[in-house]
Amino acid sequence: MTFTLSDDARMLKETARDFFREQAPVSRLRKMRDEKKNGRDPELWREMSALGFAGVIVPEEFGGAGLGYVALGAVLEEAGRTLVASPLHSSALVGASALMLAGTEAQKAEWLPKIASGEAIATLAVDEWAHHTPEKSKLKASDGKISGEKKYIADGHIADLFVVAGREGALYLVKGDAKGLSRRELTTADSRGAADLIFDGVSAEPMNGGVAVLEQILDRGRIGLAAEMLGQASEAFEITSEYLKTRRQFGQVIGGFQALQHRAAKLFTELELTRSCVLAALDALDRESGSVAEYASLAKARACETLHDATNEMVQLHGGIGMTDEHDAGLYLKRARVAEALYGGASFHRDRYASLLGF
Amino acid sequence: MTDLETFREETRAWLEANCPASMRTPLTGEEEIVWGGRNAKYPSEDAKLWLDRMGAKGWTVPSWPQEYGGGGLSADENRVLQSELKRIGARPALFSFGIWMLGPVLLEYANEEQKKEHLPKIARGEIRWCQGYSEPGAGSDLAGLQTKCEDKGDHWLINGQKVWTSYANYADWCFCLVRTDASVKHEGISFVLIDMTTKGVETRPIKLISGSSPFCETFFTDVRVPKGNMVGRLNGGWEIAKRLLQYERTNISGFGSNTRIDVVEIATANVRIENGMLADRDLRARIAAHKMAERAYALTTQRAQEEAKAGQNVSHMASMFKVAGANLNQERCELMMEALGNRALGWAGEEFTPDELAVTRGWLRSKGNSIEGGTTEINLNVVAKRVLGLRDTQ
Repeated sequence: MTFTLSDDARMLKETARDFFREQAPVSRLRKMRDEKKNGRDPELWREMSALGFAGVIVPEEFGGAGLGYVALGAVLEEAGRTLVASPLHSSALVGASALMLAGTEAQKAEWLPKIASGEAIATLAVDEWAHHTPEKSKLKASDGKISGEKKYIADGHIADLFVVAGREGALYLVKGDAKGLSRRELTTADSRGAADLIFDGVSAEPMNGGVAVLEQILDRGRIGLAAEMLGQASEAFEITSEYLKTRRQFGQVIGGFQALQHRAAKLFTELELTRSCVLAALDALDRESGSVAEYASLAKARACETLHDATNEMVQLHGGIGMTDEHDAGLYLKRARVAEALYGGASFHRDRYASLLGF
Repeated sequence: MTDLETFREETRAWLEANCPASMRTPLTGEEEIVWGGRNAKYPSEDAKLWLDRMGAKGWTVPSWPQEYGGGGLSADENRVLQSELKRIGARPALFSFGIWMLGPVLLEYANEEQKKEHLPKIARGEIRWCQGYSEPGAGSDLAGLQTKCEDKGDHWLINGQKVWTSYANYADWCFCLVRTDASVKHEGISFVLIDMTTKGVETRPIKLISGSSPFCETFFTDVRVPKGNMVGRLNGGWEIAKRLLQYERTNISGFGSNTRIDVVEIATANVRIENGMLADRDLRARIAAHKMAERAYALTTQRAQEEAKAGQNVSHMASMFKVAGANLNQERCELMMEALGNRALGWAGEEFTPDELAVTRGWLRSKGNSIEGGTTEINLNVVAKRVLGLRDTQ
């Protein structure tokens, strides 16, 4: 195991950091929201794809860079820092992983190059309820057609391709414009949008699915999302810490008050602990460790808890200004809760971790 | 074969030949720990043999220079040695405040004579050290210490009292913070080494809530200390004191705890099981969160080691690890108490198993983890000020 980035991954991370700081700061999300685009910023995705972000994990034979999950995690972390609204997680990580793990040779050859170039946005449709419950599906499948509903699919309103999970982990490939598929676009708290999907006898290509493969795809999604959340939590903490050093009350900076110092120190400690879990989980994917499931629940649960606390503290420690729409705290808070819910929250993963450990 | 691979083979062969079989089993209790010293107690012949062999090889302190009794190993070689020791499940040959705390600062601050005198004896476990830091009036505000050290020409004269001196009643020597200038605070402190057999040194064990007495009060009454026993310069002890605390904090965050007993094992043996899960779902979730925190802590220490190896300065992280480690150990002890139910509520006698009693006593002992070596509150101050740069003068 290693926590040290390869040269390739470090360069990619630096490129991502510079690009997001310059081209996609939080103000870009704010502008997109104010223009009521609901997560749509195709120009940004084109620019990101041009830098290779869409194809980080896709093997070279399919037009990607084949750099692995640690590298993509580094990009996701940087994207998280400025709340970048893009299909980086849903398509470049989850969509690509689903094709790589469950696609037939023909499906891979057709779709992976398009995903890697950013031309196609592919996403996974699993949940059918208000909570992440991948083991439960009422999807009906017969004669190559599927019927049923999927709820709150991240980037579902802009996706060109869906990997749809059915019963017993069965997986199907469905094109976004397939006949019988209707989408209900959702305007979401994090301004990134999502969609409910209704399948009514939609033609679906079977993939090489199964319960184990679906879990593998989900674990990749969980770990990648934890990386994005780590970036969000780190940035939320750093912005807050800076504020403590500049905001003056009672004739001094408020960072001099012990009650606030201790809260900041505790949050910093949690962040450091969570960072180790996320990096170890990404590394476990690249090493093809046998303990990926444990790492995934560890990383996602801890990322959920840490981001939850970091964003709550961000609002509270900023005081009144943190409650205003003008300040970024609210944007971090809203994205936090969406990211927490996707792919299972802290309680889901604590429960799963206990089962994996056998109690 | 690379040099490192050769080293691994040689190390493996040496350990195979020299580590007694009984030293390849987990420690089962505090009485099996070897602390060394003039009056060393060994739980077995094997334990003595293991210490003698490791000490002679310098592998009780693998990375110290050979001229001071160390193994002279590079960081890579040391990692190989540690992994080989772990592979065979070898017990530490020696527990020692000399190794964990004093040695590193002697290497950095002591003069040649002091290093030659003290370091090899620490390495071989011949001298057992204790730490004279806290005083009745100087706990969290350590720099307020008052133990007086006067220059009497050919010797120092020391008068005062220390408290919370771990195992002072068994120690041969004491590394001690003393006041050499009462007109200033931090700049009036010096670092001296005191032979505990010197006339005027007296120790008195303190009984704790757990029933055990790992700490003492230590009294110094007109104690004469040779001039050569001061480490660093006169009134320059605070810097050394702080450096030593970093080593201490890294080492003792979970001290006195019995990590041999696993909370999951206790829970599955004592709590009703339903569908392969603990029926008490609330306890189950809290144990899961704890196991995650434990894993996160282990991964973070691993990461810090890797960053240190890459040349990053991680010494400032000691306070963070101290806070997190103490918290983790206390949480673990509370969960074990809860999982054991009324089997954890015994105090003595044969109606309770030794393991059950160990959980009870360990739980009480763990309350000290967030006090000793700098309280959690003091360490949070350190993180806030030194790591995050939060200060009241901006």
